[in-house]
Amino acid sequence: MAISAPGIVSRAKPGQFLHIKCGEALAPFLRRPVSIHRIDREQGLVFLLFQVKGAGTSWLASRQPGDALDMLGPLGNGFRTPETNSSLLLVAGGIGIAPLVFLAEHAAGNGSRVKVLIGARNQDHLLLLDKLEEAGATVRAATEDGSFGLQGTAIDLLTQALQEEGADMICACGPRGMLVKTASLAEERQIPCYVSLEEYMACGVGACRGCVTKVLAGDGSITYLNVCSDGPVFAAGEVAW
Amino acid sequence: MRPDLAVEIAGISMKNPVMDASGTFGFGTEYRPLMDISRLGALVTKSVTLEPVHGNPPPRIWETAGGMLNSIGLQNPGLKSFLANKLPLLQSFNLPVIVNIAGKKVEEYVQLAAAMEQAPGVAGLEVNISCPNVKEGGIAFGADPSSAEAVTKAVRAACSLPVIVKLSPNVTDITVIARAVAEAGASAISLINTLTGMAIDHEKRRPILGNVSGGLSGPAVKPVALYQVWRVCQAVRIPVIGMGGIMNAGDAIQFMLAGASAVAVGAANFVQPGVMLEIIDGIEDYLVRHRIPRVGQLVGALEIS
Repeated sequence: MAISAPGIVSRAKPGQFLHIKCGEALAPFLRRPVSIHRIDREQGLVFLLFQVKGAGTSWLASRQPGDALDMLGPLGNGFRTPETNSSLLLVAGGIGIAPLVFLAEHAAGNGSRVKVLIGARNQDHLLLLDKLEEAGATVRAATEDGSFGLQGTAIDLLTQALQEEGADMICACGPRGMLVKTASLAEERQIPCYVSLEEYMACGVGACRGCVTKVLAGDGSITYLNVCSDGPVFAAGEVAW
Repeated sequence: MRPDLAVEIAGISMKNPVMDASGTFGFGTEYRPLMDISRLGALVTKSVTLEPVHGNPPPRIWETAGGMLNSIGLQNPGLKSFLANKLPLLQSFNLPVIVNIAGKKVEEYVQLAAAMEQAPGVAGLEVNISCPNVKEGGIAFGADPSSAEAVTKAVRAACSLPVIVKLSPNVTDITVIARAVAEAGASAISLINTLTGMAIDHEKRRPILGNVSGGLSGPAVKPVALYQVWRVCQAVRIPVIGMGGIMNAGDAIQFMLAGASAVAVGAANFVQPGVMLEIIDGIEDYLVRHRIPRVGQLVGALEIS
């Protein structure tokens, strides 16, 4: 879905999200956080890629060209911008590829070497391979049923990639189980790793403390940070999985 | 001539009767990029406790028909950090700041009240005896008239600030609690806090909220809130701040007609940041349309024939 929103585009960073009112009346009641998938700076367009899961996303998916949307954003802290000429591994599970495309395009434009490791249930759930290659990224795919690429998961691809070469930074978005394994592989090899988290959200701006995730404070104690305003991207070592 | 929107609640002068409901607006600064906060009648902080509170395990939020459940569990940085890091920023908004306080024991409310009395720029206290999401304190004080009275008396004695006591709807007869806190010296009453509820994932056969239960808010609770506000306004002579599911100016006016001297807006802030400013404008439009010179004339103006 492409939305003309020059104000958002001018400030958007990879990993940030939009908080979107889905529906005209009271149902669904809360806004839906949707990560920024890509932007087109010249045309002032922001692209969204999302999976239809419930009432909110199905309303959003049924918008027609010319409709207006009520969006707050860009919100949250995005991925850390990789240093120029660094090598970057992006790990995506299913729809988790959505924000990583923005990051891949941004980093490739920055002169970084970007390799995207993307895992999905089957070939039909593998998205955007062409777009990623167009952006200059190397893409490796895995499907659980073996219908395309390696039979396995994004974690199998990551294990393989780390055996072949190192990386200056790993960024991941996908199911929690995948993020946990990514974090531990990165820690074993001492590679800085950033993960994008998801949680049910109310305000989206850090006021309600509703969307928290458990983190390890500097002194080793456990505390909660807001996914919306402290995240949604966290250093993997900070999260108390 | 433009109607007069100013109200005075327990000695706190507000330029209009609209404030945020505690817990839905953080410590004020979170919404600063999105709206002109200085236009509010007053700002009510999230609950402050003596020590930092980490809050409940996630998920803490669940959407329901016409509203939402939350089980935050009073997460806040504690008194010291509030005074050092939050209060100075709140003062910059140039409007009355009402600090919501919560404790596990009467003594903690007392210490908080005494500290707020010393702090610069606190216009009043809202005493939270109605949080449904903590094991100790919270609603334990608000569900029993003698405990509610004890907390109110102790806070009243500990400071000279206006004391607003926030009541829970999760009781058999809210007027009994309202009378108890009024007689104990409360300057005003605010209600309702959330209604206790829960949500279940039937596929997984598990509760959805990490805390099992939570507090229901949003338009789903408005009829309950209106009735409780109306009943409390009949029962006590101190001012009442009405809240519960207010989404627009019409809702706010309904609470004032039921007897509330001011209103607070909660979950609606999540849906539409800036909605409180629309509500202020909408109340003014209503007064113009009905040729009512002062907003105070709406208070308790419900006609029952």
